[in-house]
Amino acid sequence: MKAAPVEKRVELLFEVGCEEIPAGMLPKAEQELRTNIEKLLIAENLFDGVSVETFGTPRRLVTWVQGLRAKQPDVEVEVTGPPKSVAYDSVGAPTRAAQSFAEKQRVHVSDLYLVETAKGEYLAAKQAKLGRTAEQILVTVLPRAVHDLAWPRSMTWTGLDGARFIRPIRWIVAVLDGRPLKLSVAGIAAGRTTRGHRFLGASAIHVRNFPDYEKKLQQNGVVIRPARRQEKIATELEAHAKRGGYRVHEDASLRMLVAYLNEYPSVIQGDFDPAFLSLPDEILVTVMRDHQKYFAVEKKNGELAPHFLAVINVDKDSKGLIRAGHERVLRARFADAQFFWQSDQKCRLADYLPKLERVTYESRLGSYRDKVERIRGLACWFTEQWFNLGMLHAHVAEADRAAELAKCDLATEMVREFTELQGIVGGLYARAQGESDEIADAVYDHYRPVGLEDPIPRNLTGCAVALADKLDSVVGCFAVGIVPTGSSDPYALRRAALGIVKIILEKKLPISLSLAIGAAAKALLTHKPKRGVAPDQETQILDFILDRAKFVFRERDGFAYEEVNAVFRVGADDLVDAQKRLAALKAIRKSKNFEPLAVSFKRIRNILEKANIASGDARQVNPALLENGAERALYSAVREAAAKVQTHKRAGKYQEALETIAGLRKVVDRFFDGVMVMAENEAVRSNRLALLAELLREFTTVADFSEIGGEERR
Amino acid sequence: MKAKVKLEKKPQGLTFQDLILQLSQFWMKQGCVLQQPYDVEMGAGTMHPETFLRVLGPHAYRVGYVQPSRRPADGRYGENPNRLYKHSQFQVILKPSPVDVQDIYLKSLGAMGIHLQEHDIRFEEDNWESPTLGAWGIGWQVLLDGLEITQFTYFQQSGGIDLDPISVELTYGLERIGAFLQGTESVYDLRWSADMTYGQIRLREEQQFSAYSFDRSDASAIRSEFELHEKQAKELLDGFKGLEGEDRVRYPLLAAYDHCLKCSHLFNLLDARGVISTTERAALMARVRTLACRTAAAYLVQMGGSVSQREVRA
Repeated sequence: MKAAPVEKRVELLFEVGCEEIPAGMLPKAEQELRTNIEKLLIAENLFDGVSVETFGTPRRLVTWVQGLRAKQPDVEVEVTGPPKSVAYDSVGAPTRAAQSFAEKQRVHVSDLYLVETAKGEYLAAKQAKLGRTAEQILVTVLPRAVHDLAWPRSMTWTGLDGARFIRPIRWIVAVLDGRPLKLSVAGIAAGRTTRGHRFLGASAIHVRNFPDYEKKLQQNGVVIRPARRQEKIATELEAHAKRGGYRVHEDASLRMLVAYLNEYPSVIQGDFDPAFLSLPDEILVTVMRDHQKYFAVEKKNGELAPHFLAVINVDKDSKGLIRAGHERVLRARFADAQFFWQSDQKCRLADYLPKLERVTYESRLGSYRDKVERIRGLACWFTEQWFNLGMLHAHVAEADRAAELAKCDLATEMVREFTELQGIVGGLYARAQGESDEIADAVYDHYRPVGLEDPIPRNLTGCAVALADKLDSVVGCFAVGIVPTGSSDPYALRRAALGIVKIILEKKLPISLSLAIGAAAKALLTHKPKRGVAPDQETQILDFILDRAKFVFRERDGFAYEEVNAVFRVGADDLVDAQKRLAALKAIRKSKNFEPLAVSFKRIRNILEKANIASGDARQVNPALLENGAERALYSAVREAAAKVQTHKRAGKYQEALETIAGLRKVVDRFFDGVMVMAENEAVRSNRLALLAELLREFTTVADFSEIGGEERR
Repeated sequence: MKAKVKLEKKPQGLTFQDLILQLSQFWMKQGCVLQQPYDVEMGAGTMHPETFLRVLGPHAYRVGYVQPSRRPADGRYGENPNRLYKHSQFQVILKPSPVDVQDIYLKSLGAMGIHLQEHDIRFEEDNWESPTLGAWGIGWQVLLDGLEITQFTYFQQSGGIDLDPISVELTYGLERIGAFLQGTESVYDLRWSADMTYGQIRLREEQQFSAYSFDRSDASAIRSEFELHEKQAKELLDGFKGLEGEDRVRYPLLAAYDHCLKCSHLFNLLDARGVISTTERAALMARVRTLACRTAAAYLVQMGGSVSQREVRA
């Protein structure tokens, strides 16, 4: 084979220069831009052997494409013309139609040929389609790739007919193989002139290619690669920590954020008055981290140190003015927090309860004052249930008090200023005002868990309040038609449902989900907004929560899809019980008897379905009608095993129960080998079906094996 | 420590009034009309007709003015060093938005005596929205060494109407900038003039209006005032329908807008007094918004433009 000629490969530099793009959106935009360009190059048959890299800074989105063919490969295409009947006359000579087709295709009539199509024979011509150059393709592909970026909220900066983007686009650089591309994005013609850092660089820099661009921008105060900026920040944080003898409060997401907030990040240290350390750490860290984007630092013993590390967007602070400015801002913030800490506590936490009247939860579900009443009722209901089930440390009065206080901090100045501290501030105030640890911790923790990794509330009272709050949110929202769809879940109901599941499982709480949903529905009806929940909505809510539970069992606990389905098919109203059954099922699956038995169960289900016998059908077996030995053997084995399984189940020994069931494999196999279920005699047939129905009924109460057994169904 | 040779340190930074003068001069040189504060109480410079109405329609316009902004709920009886019942905004509207608007803005910082090379200045995402005005925009808060000094907004809608062309709104927080320039910890220590402080001039006002709006205002009287102003605004807006020619041009829509502004301030007073329930709150805001949006639509008709109510593309 002849070696292919060495094709010329070229590189592209493409930069979209903008006014400051929100830092939080940059990582996704980088990724999306790369995907868009790759997709468009694939569609143009230009992607082979190409690497696309994208980088974002607040003022630019940069693409570097390497190994790009200078031109698409040429391809031969077939163009069909008129049908054979029209193209040739009775003696087989080409007609005018054939001639004009040839002219149009710029080929000789003798080059035309016939092709077989679905509609018959047609005239055809070969056409060489010359590949277009990368330049020709890129001038349309690049603007398109930028245009197709999806932003949470775009804008226009000229007028209604102007371009839309996340922030105004101000310049474009597009250089292919050293030459500028003639294209425009958002009405701005591309060139080869970029801009440096706003304060550290030149305002016009000519660039030839990506390496040249990266080098020149580095000299002009812009580190183009986000990973390099993160490294620079990490190194400087470490250097400050070492010099000061403290530890930086580890915070990967803050590091990422500041890397995207700055084109040339540098770290400076500032100090604050140690007197502020009398405020709780939670408040100090939140002010520094969430409001000022500073890294908090701690001493070796874990206590906060009166310093902070700020990431600035310039290379130095030679006069110390920047440091002084940041210190001043932080001082004012801390002074505010201190002021709130004192003024909020001029009255007691419970005194804020009436003010919750003015804090809306959801317009149709009323204020937080209304929500608190519902949560109180529900938290008490939970604790009462637990106490009656023998959990003697479940205190109704404590749950009631914690629920009463839980939302009070929403009306405090501290939370109105630092909203992310909701719950935490309430807990801190409760403790400072002499509430018991149980109640203060419950208030502090009751928003938890906020995700799969987040811990659940520390104590039982906190769990009761958290469950009540979350369940009320889910039930209330579903009742007024707020149901999460796709990416839209404004009231974070999925998170709430996940929280419910996590708390129940990790605290091993005995709860009937359907009864709990019923209790929440009742609270919604007896308290404001006095709204009923339809039975089908209650079912919908249960399914919604069970979906989250399935997710937890699969993703976190590693149970197989069909195992979870087998257990949930039998019911998962009590999640802790479902978890035990799952564990037993997973264990028994390894035994050699299990899988064949599961297949038999599937077969039984199919037979019953074909005979129109519903699952759970209660027809009785008449022992007198049992004819065959294998049949009688199965009957007595089922009777015997059923009694054992019941005993094991009642003792919560699911694995023993499943082992007993697995032990039936031999008699079941013998039954199917020797007995014809669909016998001629109707009474006999019916009796056999009854036997199978009983078997299925008795032995699918732990898990429905027919969900597991291999190929028979689906 | 150095011996105290000089008893008096040379005062640092511009006085409050010099700051206003410098900004006024800077923006005057950029072609802005220098307007005066509006004489109706309002919560922000955006509500001044020179912004709310001027950004509507096709005509180019540049304006700058100081607007004392009353936010009754933010009052602190003059006891908090940073929070005020009434603060001052320097407001600039550039219509249409110039391509180098960020650079022009940065130069204005230079005019206030800030050396850009010695500080850390950044534009951080902060979109602005006024539900009572049916207005919103996209932009940033400008941070100077971590201190928020300006709200920088590309206006997208005003009075529920898509804007075309787009105006840029710059809102400088004068007290904050002044305190920064002078290095004072409390707004009340800010030198207003060479020999008077902000506290000497404004403290009593803060104390008294905080006391009024939190403790002494008569909520039921304010409610009836709200109704009266709303009624007048509605009547005026209703009377505008179908007018032609000179009748249309001379019709007092600006008076309707004044009543709308009154409603907005009265709402803020009720809010500060803590007498509005959640449902009522949303309803009152919607009523003010309706007046604002109707005024904006009528204003466009009066100016001879057409109302473009195009759906905003996401």
